[in-house]
This record gives sequence, structure tokens and C-alpha cells, in this order.
Amino acid sequence: MKIVAVIPAYNEEQTIADVLKRTRPFVSEMIVVNDGSRDRTAEIALQNGAVVVSHLVNRGLGAAIGTGFAAAKKLHADALITLDADGQHDPVEIPKFVSAIEKGANVVIGSRMLSRVGMPWYRQIANMLGNVSTLVLFGAWVTDSQSGFRAFSKLAFETIEIKTNGMEVSSELIAEAHANHFPIVEVPIQAIYTDYSLSKGQSFFVGLKTLLKLVLKRITM
Amino acid sequence: MSIIQLFIVAFSLFAIARTLRQFRRGKLTIAFLLLWILFWVAVGGVVLIPQTTNTLAHIVGVGRGVDAIMYVSIIALFYGLFRMLVRIEEVEREITKLVRRLAIDSIEEKK
Repeated sequence: MKIVAVIPAYNEEQTIADVLKRTRPFVSEMIVVNDGSRDRTAEIALQNGAVVVSHLVNRGLGAAIGTGFAAAKKLHADALITLDADGQHDPVEIPKFVSAIEKGANVVIGSRMLSRVGMPWYRQIANMLGNVSTLVLFGAWVTDSQSGFRAFSKLAFETIEIKTNGMEVSSELIAEAHANHFPIVEVPIQAIYTDYSLSKGQSFFVGLKTLLKLVLKRITM
Repeated sequence: MSIIQLFIVAFSLFAIARTLRQFRRGKLTIAFLLLWILFWVAVGGVVLIPQTTNTLAHIVGVGRGVDAIMYVSIIALFYGLFRMLVRIEEVEREITKLVRRLAIDSIEEKK
């Protein structure tokens, strides 16, 4: 089975090399979607053995994951795993996702809320709000709707069409999985929070903007 | 006639003249031309004879004419804002499609 890691990256020159080094043993290929970075992210990713697809201009997380899906199709991947470039996810946990896919799952979400280890309390609250919004707007419930550590079977990543550009993609993916009747399997993951990865996540106002975009998506599509 | 009336009527005439010119240059459809002329004539009419809005307000059940205009304006503005948000969202999606296409095509060149 050809397992491809899709790593969206925007100005992650500090962490990308380490993430790639630790990811390589667990996957067949690594795709770094360089989302218009102005630093050396693309160059470092290339040196560390990744296939780099670059957006000419910054388009946001959703756009980057969508490009990752398209690139995985082109590289004939059988399964796709998304993880963050900021070092928040431990690639050692990739086999958990792979085994869930091998057992027939189409969409696997790594949930930080099943263990809650190391997750700041205010992040837990923000996360619950994200989960409730996803449930109310799209009728799908997961314990960590904003998780960036996910896996998709070939069928799932070829079927799901990502339309959103920003952070709202996390909820969109769950909504799409639900709409396409793919059962969502959750596996517990540990999130590694550092000052660096916290600065890369969603702040309060970005969270509000995400919510607004989700509402707009819900009423226009 | 007060100064503000004079000013608004003059502006309406100016706007109509501009719209006509745009139309002659072929930048507007006839439907748009008529719509805009109707709009500015209505503006001029309301400014010159403010009582008309009171009659209108009474018909729809709002106290004063000025209030009726405010209500309608706010609703129109909100609707316009919503349309714009949706339109921007569409444009964003189109841009992403272009950027993605360029990014994906570059893989092929490497292989």
C-alpha cells in the first residue's frame, strides 16, 4: 500500500526538516504543500526528500490540503495522511492511522480530546466550540473536529472535494465525510504543544472568522 | 428650495448624465440604464417633494417617510453586503483553482 504524507506548510523553515525526518520511516512518500512561504521552507523540504508542490501565493490551509489531495492522486497514492508542519504531531503515531485504513476505514481523525494530554484548557474549550459548530451546521459529531492529523483512503480522498480555503477546512472534511457516508474513525493522539506550535494555531479571532466562513458555506452550498 | 435639495438634485442630474454617457459607450445594457435613471429620478423626486415618502410610509404602515427610507436602505445595504461576501468567496475559490493547477502541473515537469 502506497502511503503518502501530505504536509501543508507556510513559513515553517524552523520545523519542517525535523518533521520530515521523523515522518519518512512511516510513509512511502512525503508531499509538502508549500503554501506561498516567503522563507526557505520549500528548499529545506526538497533537501529532506519531500516532493514539494508550491502555491505561488498564500491561499490558506484548506487550499493547501486540497492541493495535497490532488498531488496524492497524481502520485497514485493508496492512502493519504495529513499532519502539521509545526511539529505538533508525532509521526510515530502514523501506523495507528494506517492500521485503521487497512481495516477498512475511509476517514480517520486523530483526536487530541481522547487523551487531552498536554492540551491547554483554553484550547480544549475552543475545540469543544468547534465540535459543536460542526455538529449544528453539518450534523457530524467528532471529539476533535479541528485536528490536523487525519488519514483518508483512496476512495475518500478521490471523492471528497475541498472547497474552502482557510482553517474551516477541518470542519469541512468532517462534513464531507459525513455527507458521503464515510464512517469516521477516531484514534487517540498526543499533541505536542510548544510556544511555536501554539503561535501557529487558531487564535480567538481567527476562530471567529472560521465560524463565520462555515456558516456562509452552510447557507450558500 | 434649500441648499441640500439643490445639491442632491444637481447630483442626480449629474449621475444621469454620466450613466447616459456610459450607455452610449456601450458599457451598460439598456435595462441597467433604465434602472439607474429610474433610481435617480426617484431620488430627485423624493428630495423635491418629501411628502411623497410619507404617503408611501403610510401605505406600508411605517410612521414617517424618512424612517421608511432608512429601513429600506439598511435592508438593501445588508443584502448587498451578503452578495459581496458570497461573490468574494467565489473569487477566492477560483484563485485557488488556478494556483493549484499551476502547482500540480509542476509535478509533471519534474517526473
